[in-house]
Amino acid sequence: MTVAASATELAAAVRAGERSAREVVDEHLAVIDARDPELHAFLHVMADEARAQADEVDAAVRDGRDPGPLAGVPVALKDVLCTRGIPTTCGSRILEGWRPPYTATVVDRVRAAGGIAIGKTNLDEFAMGSSTENSAYGPTRNPRDPSRVPGGSSGGSAAAVGAGMAPLALGTDTGGSVRQPAAFCGVVGVKPTYGRVSRYGLVAFASSLDQVGPFANTVADAAVLLEVIGGHDVMDSTSVRQPAPALLSQLDDGVDGLRVGIVEELTDADGIDNEVAAAIDDAGRALEKAGATVDRVSVPATTYGLSAYYLIAPAEASSNLARYDGVRYGLRIDGRDTATMNAETRDAGFGPEVKRRIILGTYALSAGYYDAYYGTAQRVRTLIIRDFERAYGSFDVLLSPTAPSTAFALDAKTANPLEMYLSDVCTIPSSLAGHAAMNVPFGAGADGLPIGVQVLAPSLGEPVMFRVAQAIEAAAQ
Amino acid sequence: MSTTATATGWETVVGLEVHCELATVTKLFCGCANTFGAEPNTNICPVCLGLPGSLPVLNERAVEFALRVGEALHCDVPERSIFARKNYFYPDMPKDYQISQYDTPICVDGWLEVDGTRVGIERAHMEEDTGKTLHVGGGGRIHEADHSLVDYNRAGLPLMEIVSRPDIRDAEQARAYVSELRGLLEAIGVSDVKMEEGSLRVDANVSLRPAGAEEFGTKVEVKNMNSLRSLGHALDYEVTRQRELLEAGERIAQETRHWDEDGGVTSSLRSKEEAFDYRYFPEPDLVPVAPDAEMRARVQSSMPELPAARRARLVADWGIAEQDARVLLSTPGLGEYAEAAVAAGAAPKDVVNWCTGDLLGYLNESGLAVGALPLAPDGLAELIELVADGTLSRPLAKDVLAECLLEPKRPREVVDERGIAQVSDEGELGDLLDGILAAHPEDVAEYRAGDEKARKKKNGFFMGEAMKATKGSGNPQLLARLLKERLGG
Repeated sequence: MTVAASATELAAAVRAGERSAREVVDEHLAVIDARDPELHAFLHVMADEARAQADEVDAAVRDGRDPGPLAGVPVALKDVLCTRGIPTTCGSRILEGWRPPYTATVVDRVRAAGGIAIGKTNLDEFAMGSSTENSAYGPTRNPRDPSRVPGGSSGGSAAAVGAGMAPLALGTDTGGSVRQPAAFCGVVGVKPTYGRVSRYGLVAFASSLDQVGPFANTVADAAVLLEVIGGHDVMDSTSVRQPAPALLSQLDDGVDGLRVGIVEELTDADGIDNEVAAAIDDAGRALEKAGATVDRVSVPATTYGLSAYYLIAPAEASSNLARYDGVRYGLRIDGRDTATMNAETRDAGFGPEVKRRIILGTYALSAGYYDAYYGTAQRVRTLIIRDFERAYGSFDVLLSPTAPSTAFALDAKTANPLEMYLSDVCTIPSSLAGHAAMNVPFGAGADGLPIGVQVLAPSLGEPVMFRVAQAIEAAAQ
Repeated sequence: MSTTATATGWETVVGLEVHCELATVTKLFCGCANTFGAEPNTNICPVCLGLPGSLPVLNERAVEFALRVGEALHCDVPERSIFARKNYFYPDMPKDYQISQYDTPICVDGWLEVDGTRVGIERAHMEEDTGKTLHVGGGGRIHEADHSLVDYNRAGLPLMEIVSRPDIRDAEQARAYVSELRGLLEAIGVSDVKMEEGSLRVDANVSLRPAGAEEFGTKVEVKNMNSLRSLGHALDYEVTRQRELLEAGERIAQETRHWDEDGGVTSSLRSKEEAFDYRYFPEPDLVPVAPDAEMRARVQSSMPELPAARRARLVADWGIAEQDARVLLSTPGLGEYAEAAVAAGAAPKDVVNWCTGDLLGYLNESGLAVGALPLAPDGLAELIELVADGTLSRPLAKDVLAECLLEPKRPREVVDERGIAQVSDEGELGDLLDGILAAHPEDVAEYRAGDEKARKKKNGFFMGEAMKATKGSGNPQLLARLLKERLGG
């Protein structure tokens, strides 16, 4: 059973009174019942709350009030987004049973637009991973092929949208955690410009990189959701002081005259599957056909992205995750003194990948090593920004693969963290730059699984990025 | 008492870190109230509790206060300063890191003049306060405690840490520095500066070096001094401890020591090896602090007169002693009170005498703030006028003041009600004296026969009788003159 209608169509039908939000929610809850036992995309289904909220939307329509652009559309939420009174685990034992006393700004905005929070989705613990296998609550499976991973860390949200359990979902992207699972599950996934979307209520992994982003089945649906969640938030000092970008109104403006660059270092490199690189060239040709000019471009510093990222992100994580100490909330393992309680709680509560990154980050910030590791990584970050800006001097948008391959099998990379890390090699550079980027499904590999094209744009370049994504989507059909 | 370098062969070198709680309405990074003494864990929210997903938002008012501190201490305020995370595990620190400033503080490189000497200010930076831990059982000591409770009301309150250069040379100067700094922070309205309530906390870095040496000795950080008195005692103790070690040929261990007020000793808290590696890095949740020209101008134009300038002005304009000006300005609000009384027409010296005498005594005794005094400044001016025009003697005026401080009455009202105006009628007082002299012929004879000492004694006796007869309201100067005339002085 699938729900074919797009989010935009569903919202239009609910606003017009043609369909009830309650009925839409019930249909999606039925899909969850049918498919989630196998896929395990959800950690917590908010059936009662979703139905109650749907009834409010229906009442608004009956009273002649407009519930908003997401009227009645179920939205799945990655379980790093705080939801008042609803368990928020971050995929970790250390937060098992924790119910936040407040709600993330993005969730408030979704609800204010008539969207229905339908459940909390599975993820790699604290968003650290690329396959959703690092969840303390068991892995999520890829709806296209349950023997494969859905990607990560927002694998639950990608799978929920891919399987029709929710037309829309929110994920978070620190080094590719929206884009890479979107590519693996064959859906659209957006990493907005850093600061476009409020992080208030998003449980931090690496604060200077984390962004909330939409998953959807179409580029237009992703645009609607980004318009809803974007824009300045007084609760987040790093949020850009601008209203949400207008995307839908420009979506069909076409790509005629746009200059598109295919990033050599992220496309033609060793480790990128040939069929994936070929798909990027195909997408480039499709854009050319639509009126764009397409060339290869070199962005040299991107080759250092992975190394810099694995110092900066763990460094910030080591600090962000210090608060899980057993004192105030979440798991507590008692000890003879405070330090023992801290250590035993963290030992029992964190999984191996989280511990690995905390140790790595702590080391990178230590006295005597700070400049060599964290300092150098920050300088590399500056170089990456500089090289991207140089490229954007000649190109409106850039293209590359989203991931080096199609979805891999469960357990294929769990034994080798470095190999797992390489899965984000194409997405990390734009994260470090703070730029916008998104995945658009384009074709399939020999295994029949989806391939994703990554469209990259400069800071606040979402409008042009979405136009290009729309053209690629059109060409893919 | 501190001992000078030449006397002992050692020079004391002290640098002070003063933590001052800023008196903003709300906390540094959230909207919770900045109050003292509320029920535990009532002024808290997701942000100051550091709940997962919460983010800090900088209180603009705290930045203004920091700029005031910078102005008052003649500091440079760089275009941009940034916040950093100071990472260490402590249960009263909700995020297990403190948002502070590290290599780019908001204020750098200033000075404070203390008794004619400039003490350098290395930096002053903003940071958030921690919560408070209460150890239950075991007499409140951490190691014997049964369990601990944490109150996060204080977590996230705005602090400024003001770090002096190692320019201070003894305990006395350290106390004078803190006292001057406290007056300054109070005058510019950024802090309540109450050491007892913890809104002003002082840590000291102390070392000794041979007199005349250039190189600094190994420094020891001393913490937990809760008053100016304990600062003085702790420094004296620590200097003596270090000198005895050095003179015995031992080395000073670089460490943090705790001042034990009851025991009057410092004891080792942690050694250099046990010191935390704070792993500072730029706080990614906040943007740089970049006060714009408009804010800087607003702060500059709203700076009040600073205590040193004010003292100098009062000394010059009122002709009072430096020490009197210091006493006057060391009580919050008393300087303003005196200036208002002078503005109401009273002679400055009289105003200062009353303010630093009876009024200050009353304030100390009653614990009242100047603003709560029942007698307004122009009331004091009225009292001074009543003395000047001879209506009241000074002792009578003291009584009248005491009454005006008990209930809101004007001095003239009290005089009228009690009919205690001074008697200055020459005829009346002359008749009175004639009667007294006639009633005590032996005393008159003894006066006339006596030497200087005896005469003085008898004079006092006659004056006393006259005051007794007038119930204290006889004009003493007039009585003295009339008596002298009658005794053929």
